[in-house]
Amino acid sequence: MLEVKNLHVTVDGKAILKGLDLTVNKGEVHAIMGPNGSGKSTLAYVMAGKPGYEATEGEVLLDGENILEMEPDERAAEGVFLAFQYPLEIPGVATMTFLRTALNAQRKARGQAELSTPEFLKTVREAAAKLEIGQDMLRRGVNVGFSGGEKKRNEILQMALLEPRLCVLDETDSGLDIDALKIVSDGVNRLRSPERAMIVITHYQRLLDHIVPDVVHVLSKGRIVRTGGKELALELEANGYAQYQDEAALAS
Amino acid sequence: MNAEVRAMKTSAEQALAEAYAAAKARLPGNGAVQALREAAFKRFEADGLPNRRIEEWKYTDLRVLMREAKPPAGAPDAAAKARAAEAGKLAGDIDARRIVFVDGAFVPELSDLAALPPGLTVRPMAEALAAGDPRIAAHLGKVIPGDGMVALNTALMRDGALIHVAAGATVERPLHLIFAAAGTQPASVFCRSLVVIEPNARVMLVESHEAAAGHQVNAALELIVGAGAHVDHVKIVAGAGDALHVATLIAAVGARARFNDFSFNIGCGVVRNQLFVRFDGEAALANIGGASLLNGDQHSDTTLVADHKAGGCQSRELFKAVLDGRSRSVFQGRIIVQPGAQQTDAKMMTRALLLSEEAEADSKPELEIFADDVQCGHGATMGSLDRSLKFYLMARGIPEPEAEALLVQAFVGEAVESIEDAGLRDALMEQVAAWLKARGG
Ligand SMILES: Nc1ncnc2c1ncn2[C@@H]1O[C@H](COP(=O)(O)OP(=O)(O)OP(=O)(O)O)[C@@H](O)[C@H]1O
Ligand SMILES: [Mg+2]
Repeated sequence: MLEVKNLHVTVDGKAILKGLDLTVNKGEVHAIMGPNGSGKSTLAYVMAGKPGYEATEGEVLLDGENILEMEPDERAAEGVFLAFQYPLEIPGVATMTFLRTALNAQRKARGQAELSTPEFLKTVREAAAKLEIGQDMLRRGVNVGFSGGEKKRNEILQMALLEPRLCVLDETDSGLDIDALKIVSDGVNRLRSPERAMIVITHYQRLLDHIVPDVVHVLSKGRIVRTGGKELALELEANGYAQYQDEAALAS
Repeated sequence: MNAEVRAMKTSAEQALAEAYAAAKARLPGNGAVQALREAAFKRFEADGLPNRRIEEWKYTDLRVLMREAKPPAGAPDAAAKARAAEAGKLAGDIDARRIVFVDGAFVPELSDLAALPPGLTVRPMAEALAAGDPRIAAHLGKVIPGDGMVALNTALMRDGALIHVAAGATVERPLHLIFAAAGTQPASVFCRSLVVIEPNARVMLVESHEAAAGHQVNAALELIVGAGAHVDHVKIVAGAGDALHVATLIAAVGARARFNDFSFNIGCGVVRNQLFVRFDGEAALANIGGASLLNGDQHSDTTLVADHKAGGCQSRELFKAVLDGRSRSVFQGRIIVQPGAQQTDAKMMTRALLLSEEAEADSKPELEIFADDVQCGHGATMGSLDRSLKFYLMARGIPEPEAEALLVQAFVGEAVESIEDAGLRDALMEQVAAWLKARGG
């Protein structure tokens, strides 16, 4: 489903990703771990199309189609979803208006009819209830006054409603208490499907206890330096990244 | 001698002098009003059209923006009245009593003055001037000294509304003053209203100004808000891209009164919106806000003076401008706290959102504080749409124009929120949505 080939990315003229390769098949969940500043969020942003993240070399193929030239909204309509490490607050844009505009825009881009108001409300209420997101939160501006954990749950709500093909979760576990971690992980696990690929960026094994990955990658200094099974995460937890930083330094 | 005076005047000033000379014998009003007009025109003539050499008009030079003065409008014809029947739609479908002026003259057949509730008096200004209504002598031109453009209005004023709300009366249905400059020939219109709200009365006033191509409107409204009264005033300006609208609100706010004022400007080539608000009694509460949506070559200037003469009042001023194309917005806001007006709490904010590289916004907030125990502040921001917010919206599949529209609506919505009437808020936000749609959102 996703093939990242020799991807080089610069931000403000600074090279961050330096020849990254990654393949994620349908139905798989891949975890990406790695030291702070190694380029994990950069990879997530460049896939979502954030302005200022310039791919100078390589491709990102989604079912064979290079998405790097697409606008962020076009990628979203193609099924790319990024759960942000730091979800933004948008005062004055009501959460419901935001969800509805997003959902209908994607439906329109795919040639589907808009959801009727009752259908939409029902869908949102059900999805929100599963994530323990209350009506009062839905009535506020997007993420306005939400706690860190609430913002993360709101990201998963959006993901559940938009039903993407490729989900990229950037440190969705950071800032979550133990109960919220469970709620969010259950939400993510419900979306696991043979038709969907997921990339879970995290620093902690505890998330991977809930969302058990098929493959674990180590990203260091802009490259994938090691790939393994779920036991790799345990090994990292025990030994840290020291050896990979050296390897990456040698390789570059 | 004559030639010398002429040489000093611009052709617009000359045309105004001729228009006044030709019209003064026929303009409504008794001897006292005529004297008022005469003195006012002298005042206008002394300074001429406001221009950039006058500090308050630095950014809006009427000598440049008003190269020629259109002839004063004649009585509206049937076609103009027919067009004006459609006016006032920008306020949505609020249930309001329509009081319609076409080309500056009251049109009874388009207005609804039947069965006014007790305590409410509405009288066309022309009639009140001609009849020597005592409220004219008592208040007109006496509330707060205006400036040269108010003087020009006083000299040439023809019609408008004289409204009186008796003490303690609550006027349930809003009053909707609709001013349509609808003639096929571009003309100048001078409308003047006087609204006297006695203590503890309550009323909502909506003003819609719509000007057809080439018209020049000079509108002045004097408003006396009695002690403990609650007054909402929303003014909506729309019009042709080459129409000019100069308006002055003069308001004296009494003790413990609540005054909510909002100016909404969508369309109309050149707008100068002056707000002179004076707090005469203690513990009054005022929300003075506005929003302008500009594109093309539009120019919109909001000039506000909030003069705290009495202490213990709270005033909040929030003005927003959205600028596209090569448009230009100006905000000049001054908060004055007079000696002794202790415990004044005044906060003024202006924000401009630039949607185009060629648009330009200027803001000049000022505080003049002569009391020590006060809380006053002002701020100004200017910038383009937040790129990361736009990306967040687009990353959810919302195309760029729609993402921008959502953010612009949120931006304007923060100001519109201060309007108490929900129906009117919705109507204005619909105008914002339509404006955005027209630019491709
Ligand atoms: N605008 C920018 N200009 C220059 N450098 C930047 C910019 N944005 C990010 N970087 C740098 O890019 C590198 C990678 O950042 P990125 O956010 O991708 O790291 P990360 O792996 O997600 O880290 P963390 O685990 O802390 O979230 C960092 O060194 C960061 O300082
Ligand atoms: Mg990161």
